[in-house]
Amino acid sequence: MSNNGNIHSPVIAVLALQGAFAEHEQMLQKLGVETFEIRNRTDWDKPKDGLIIPGGESTTMTRIMHDLDLWEPVRDAIKGGLPVFGTCAGLIMLDSNHLGTMNITAKRNAYGRQLGSFYHDGEFRGITDVPADSELSTQDSQLPMTFIRAPYIESHGEGVEILASVDGKDVAARQGNQLVTAFHPELNDDTRVHDFFLGMIKGVK
Amino acid sequence: MEDRQTLNRNLAQMLKGGVIMDVTTPEQARIAEAAGACAVMALERIPADIRAAGGVSRMSDPKMIKGIQEAVSIPVMAKCRIGHFVEAQILEAIEIDYIDESEVLSPADDVYHIDKRKFNVPFVCGAKDLGEALRRINEGATMIRTKGEPGTGDVIQAVRHMRMMQSEIRRLTSLNADELYEAAKQLRVPFDLVQYVHDNGKLPVVNFAAGGVATPADAALMMQLGAEGVFVGSGIFKSGDPVKRAQAIVKAVTNYDNPKIIAELSEDLGEAMVGINENEIELLMAERGK
Repeated sequence: MSNNGNIHSPVIAVLALQGAFAEHEQMLQKLGVETFEIRNRTDWDKPKDGLIIPGGESTTMTRIMHDLDLWEPVRDAIKGGLPVFGTCAGLIMLDSNHLGTMNITAKRNAYGRQLGSFYHDGEFRGITDVPADSELSTQDSQLPMTFIRAPYIESHGEGVEILASVDGKDVAARQGNQLVTAFHPELNDDTRVHDFFLGMIKGVK
Repeated sequence: MEDRQTLNRNLAQMLKGGVIMDVTTPEQARIAEAAGACAVMALERIPADIRAAGGVSRMSDPKMIKGIQEAVSIPVMAKCRIGHFVEAQILEAIEIDYIDESEVLSPADDVYHIDKRKFNVPFVCGAKDLGEALRRINEGATMIRTKGEPGTGDVIQAVRHMRMMQSEIRRLTSLNADELYEAAKQLRVPFDLVQYVHDNGKLPVVNFAAGGVATPADAALMMQLGAEGVFVGSGIFKSGDPVKRAQAIVKAVTNYDNPKIIAELSEDLGEAMVGINENEIELLMAERGK
């Protein structure tokens, strides 16, 4: 779909320790991208061009990553420039209190319990604000955003660009090769955020 | 605008690949969370003790549930009796993350389940075959689990229920379109649910295993049979070393297809819960609420 001018089609690893990893794989398959799952240290050693950390429970992922010797290698690879996309729990995993690769602090369960979960149509810088006559235009000024017991970005520092905010709270950000959303693009049919991440990998975003 | 049903199905999607553990105290809840549970089920007595105590078993004290909500950051579930919509209203009032309308408690209604679409909080329900699962989904359940036989430490019923559901799903996918009307009649469920299963080869909601899971191997067995995650009730805190067993089961669910890792996880776990064999039990909880 969007592999024009690329040397090879990227291979994306999806952290499959717990949570909604299958939904991310389905999104990437829709975009014609090859994926594989990381469930243990052996899986991690396979070649990859990017990593997705899905939604789920960050305490569960933290525990399993430590126990299965994945914590250091994942952190070091991201620090070394491996492109990464974290959604919801994945956003929390990259913050300063967890893997610490991004200059952000997440507020967990920021909207309360499940009764606080909500859906929102919102704007996303680099996706919904592209002029209609541009080649990159997606022709839709709103992006579906599903928040499930979601966090938001409480504070951010140097190098972090905020890409989306809802009611004054920051819910998507980028820092170099790292992309995070507090919502779940993998739960809706809209593939634009995943495409945006692929653009980051290819260096066109 | 997405509705609550969708958001509630979405929360179940976030629990996939995880282990939901029964806990009776804030201390146990913290142990479960640290061990990697993706959610906890707060209840006064675990199924094995409910079974031993006998008598009428009801929703837990809301104060006890609130204590557990305060102790952990992961989702907290709690059980209400089948058909007891006021217990469900109470659980919604204390903002529980998921209600389990559960056969483990004494049923309050032998005809009607709760109209779960009236609630904003999500419900998980037990099922032992496809018909039960789809009837609960039609009533508004946004997550399904096998009934198994709770509090026994015997996995045979969970296996039976999961195999039954999967084989009925496979059968539906093989039917001709014009045969689906009769299938809907036989299953006593609306046509659109039957059509969904026929087209997609799966339930429209997440499907977990529950009832009798006691070891990492039990959990991996249920995952290989098609479960998307596992509830562990009595199996953890009725065992010799709950912390170690809980951690092992969490990792076994992630690596359910990797015998080498499960072998390592199964070493030195101490005593498993003693358990009761299926033919030794007097009360079949799975027969409650069809």
